[in-house]
Amino acid sequence: MSLLKARFDAQVEWEAFNNPQKPQILIGRATCGEASGAKDVYQAVLDTISRLPIDADVHITGCLGTCYCEPLVDIIKPGMPRISYHSMIAEKVLPLLSDYLLNDNPRADWALGAWGQTCGDIPNLFDIPMLAQQKRIALRNIGVIDPQNFNHCLARGGYSGLERALGLTPDEVIDEIEKSGLRGRGGAGFPTGHKWRLCRNAKGDSKYIVCNADEGDPGAFMDRALLESDPHAVLEGILIGAYAIGANNGVIYIRAEYPLAIKRLTIAIEQLKNNGLLGEHILDTDFAFDLTIVQGAGAFVCGEGTAMIASIEGKRGTPRPRPPFSTESGLWGKPTNINNVETWACVSAIMAKGAQQFSSLGTGKSKGTKTFSLAGKIKRTGLIEVPMGISLQEIIFGIGGGIPNNKAFKAVQTGGPTGGCIPESKLLLPVDFEALIEAGSYMGSGGMVVLDEDNCMVEIARYFLSFTVAESCGKCIPCRLGTRQLLTILTEITQGNGNVSDFDTLYELGKSIRLSSLCGLGQGAPNPVLTTLAYFREEYESHIKEHRCQAGECRSLVSYTITAERCKGCGICLRQCPVSAIKGEKGHSHVIDSAKCTSCGNCLEVCPPRFGAVCRV
Amino acid sequence: MPATIWRGLSGVDTMNQTVNITIDGKTIKAPAGATVLEAALGAGIYIPNLCYHPDLSASGNCRLCIVQIHGMRGFPTACTTSVVEGMSVNTNGDELTGVRRNNLQLIIANHPLDCLSCFKNQRCELQRVAVFMGVKEGKLRSTVSPQVTDDTNPFFRLKRDYCILCGRCTRTCDEICGVNAIEMLHRGDATHVGVFGDKMLFESNCHSCGECVEHCPVGALAPHEPVVPDVETKTTCCYCATGCSIYLGVSDGKIKTVRGNREGQVNHGQLCVKGRYGISEFVQHPDRLRTPYIRDKEGLQPATWDDALSLVARKLATFSADEVAIVPSARTTNEDVYVAQKLARAVIGTNNVDNCARL
Ligand SMILES: Cc1cc2nc3c(=O)[nH]c(=O)nc-3n(C[C@H](O)[C@H](O)[C@H](O)COP(=O)(O)O)c2cc1C
Ligand code: SF4
Ligand code: SF4
Repeated sequence: MSLLKARFDAQVEWEAFNNPQKPQILIGRATCGEASGAKDVYQAVLDTISRLPIDADVHITGCLGTCYCEPLVDIIKPGMPRISYHSMIAEKVLPLLSDYLLNDNPRADWALGAWGQTCGDIPNLFDIPMLAQQKRIALRNIGVIDPQNFNHCLARGGYSGLERALGLTPDEVIDEIEKSGLRGRGGAGFPTGHKWRLCRNAKGDSKYIVCNADEGDPGAFMDRALLESDPHAVLEGILIGAYAIGANNGVIYIRAEYPLAIKRLTIAIEQLKNNGLLGEHILDTDFAFDLTIVQGAGAFVCGEGTAMIASIEGKRGTPRPRPPFSTESGLWGKPTNINNVETWACVSAIMAKGAQQFSSLGTGKSKGTKTFSLAGKIKRTGLIEVPMGISLQEIIFGIGGGIPNNKAFKAVQTGGPTGGCIPESKLLLPVDFEALIEAGSYMGSGGMVVLDEDNCMVEIARYFLSFTVAESCGKCIPCRLGTRQLLTILTEITQGNGNVSDFDTLYELGKSIRLSSLCGLGQGAPNPVLTTLAYFREEYESHIKEHRCQAGECRSLVSYTITAERCKGCGICLRQCPVSAIKGEKGHSHVIDSAKCTSCGNCLEVCPPRFGAVCRV
Repeated sequence: MPATIWRGLSGVDTMNQTVNITIDGKTIKAPAGATVLEAALGAGIYIPNLCYHPDLSASGNCRLCIVQIHGMRGFPTACTTSVVEGMSVNTNGDELTGVRRNNLQLIIANHPLDCLSCFKNQRCELQRVAVFMGVKEGKLRSTVSPQVTDDTNPFFRLKRDYCILCGRCTRTCDEICGVNAIEMLHRGDATHVGVFGDKMLFESNCHSCGECVEHCPVGALAPHEPVVPDVETKTTCCYCATGCSIYLGVSDGKIKTVRGNREGQVNHGQLCVKGRYGISEFVQHPDRLRTPYIRDKEGLQPATWDDALSLVARKLATFSADEVAIVPSARTTNEDVYVAQKLARAVIGTNNVDNCARL
């Protein structure tokens, strides 16, 4: 079966969808949209068009990446460009649809942007600060197409990369991937083409492809969004890889906590089967391939290749020493090639558009683009894709819009729990694999958590350590006991019980854990401690020597008092104190009973700013 | 990974091929296919290790046998790295020993320090490593937290407070016994040895063979009543016909312990529950027969072997060959069973012979 006819039909459908006879309404329904109420909005749209004299088609789409203003609703009105509306709630649906579809008022006040052009007061969507600097390759279709509509995928060029690959020899396909300079997006940045070649050349009667969709870093959601919004970009990459390597079986290992991604993947796999893209004789060639989904139980360490293989085989998910590498002996002892979700999506783009286009972006050793999830103290949280080499400054202040509430930037944590904290002095750092490692952090899968002046860096290190302590597989000593030791010390420091020798202990132990742990989890676990020690040593010093936490986050080190002269006795704090530590008559100044107070800081938050009577010491 | 159970039986015979490597400047010959740790230990060069055991597959979890190998990045573990012709290994650079020492300190910080009351005192492998590395005291914060002891097995207990999670017991139960009664449970800080579903040992499919106890480097898996015998005597287990080679430990004229003989060709040190924990009771049981008995009109009467055997011989002579069957006791050794079947086939002339050496 060739895709010629199917693609032609799909293009007709896509054309008609974008230049419709009647309005087309799309609701962004990836998990992020759902979490902010997209389901209610979707229902409201259905209700509204059934009540108003509106004849429109309603679709779902994925996530555009603008998490800060979800849910999004897009409307394509005949003769008009597609317009995206942000921060939709059910109550806004009726006014929006009646104003725009019945009365020709496109509600510029609620619009995020119009696709590809300005439209009255509505800016071009691709010129808004969040999107202007982005370059979308892996995320080319997210929020654009209906992820469950195979025709949308085909019309946008889906599987043209596979068609091209099947016309080449496997070695030529690998050459192309090598030429693109693509490196793994799952964290370690291993050159993808080189890995494929190792696996292709490995001896074995059967070989496996694994797609790593475990995505265990807290704060990272790139892979989830991609799978929910454009599963075919990933599946096409997997098929290309399987052909290049000579694998006839593949597994997508995905955490069970991603039910929507699993559902959309399952639908997409069904579509592949129905279109002759899975099974025997794919696109009338001798290439045969089968793909199954295996659900993981959500252990961070199962994202590590050898642990993942153990988990797929039904064993305890612990890493094993290498060699042998998975490319020689992986799943069921067969040569196995593991790549990350985003890597696969880049593969399909490279095969469709050519290596040159990909490698023209990026820096010396880091080609192409990288997706990041922006989270924490940043105005525009969301999912972005930028060319490698862009500075942290541009990402955080340009795309992300900087820090909310006029607070000062303090640090950005990259690489997830095994990454590091990068301070303001390094904001001009070009983001690529090498530069981040040099700064003591690493790329990881692309989580970025922005921290502001209210974050205590010792507490941040402690927080990430508590994650690795719980998520280490528990196998090797430096990781299991070393992180426990670091956590114990950090906890004591945040409670004001640290001592000066802890600097050396943290540093020595951190180095030792990095050098002697079995897998990347342990090797990276000390990074939050080592980077905060290097860049924010004065915070550790004030905790240890002065028992003071500047940011006021370490509860044991702060206490709250009420300044009698400023207190008007309004009683707000008294009512809000969860442990009833505040006493005082109405109209008379209040006092905090320090024996009862848990330093939660509620009183400071609720005391009206014009009084400003509560202070932290 | 295929379980490499008995190097003696299924291990590759690599002794005829050797490679030359240098360890700490000393050139040694090592069997091809050996690991760096095996090569070093074989050449009398000690590298600290805890999770390694010659009976078991390498796990690489204690991170004590880290070494530096010319041309390799970082500190690979000697137990998981195979020797290669011309390899140059360094077992004690400054930074390397520092890291190893930190790992040891981490174990010590997480281990109760009541060695004097531990049954493994002086035979404990953790102590041995500490002595070798000259570590006399803990330098880190104690991370010991009380753990549940599983004492539901009739013969031994699992005292998790002492466990260093080397995984030797779980690998033993998997690779040697093929029982998989115990395994590593949970993860991270909460990892512990136990039975699936956090059940107790007595609820598991444990055979109580005690192999795990034998392989535990510290005092975590221990007999309920650990005894150090005055003398040990090498002998053959009399519980069944397999003929496992054992050491019987005796104190005060009584059998107190049984230990498998690792040199024994039959069992390579392994024992079953009856051999390891049943012998002393069975051999010393008051009801045990100590002489032959002959039944007369008044019942069973103690007799001498001569009288008993003559009676048997006389009676046997009155039957034709196929009217006789010989069934030696289950406790008979393999060699004695062989002789009994010779008696049946060659002397009496019958094939009616059986034995229930299937304990
Ligand atoms: C503790 C740990 C967790 C990991 N988690 C993930 C993950 O969630 N997703 C992922 O793609 N790679 C993860 N990796 C990286 C994988 O081991 C592996 O390098 C990657 O999947 C290879 O694909 P790539 O070359 O396309 O990046 C993790 C590694 C470690 C050590
Ligand atoms: S480093 Fe941590 S996660 Fe990796 S094998 Fe060791 S204990 Fe397990
Ligand atoms: S019980 Fe003994 S053998 Fe088992 S993991 Fe613990 S220390 Fe190792």
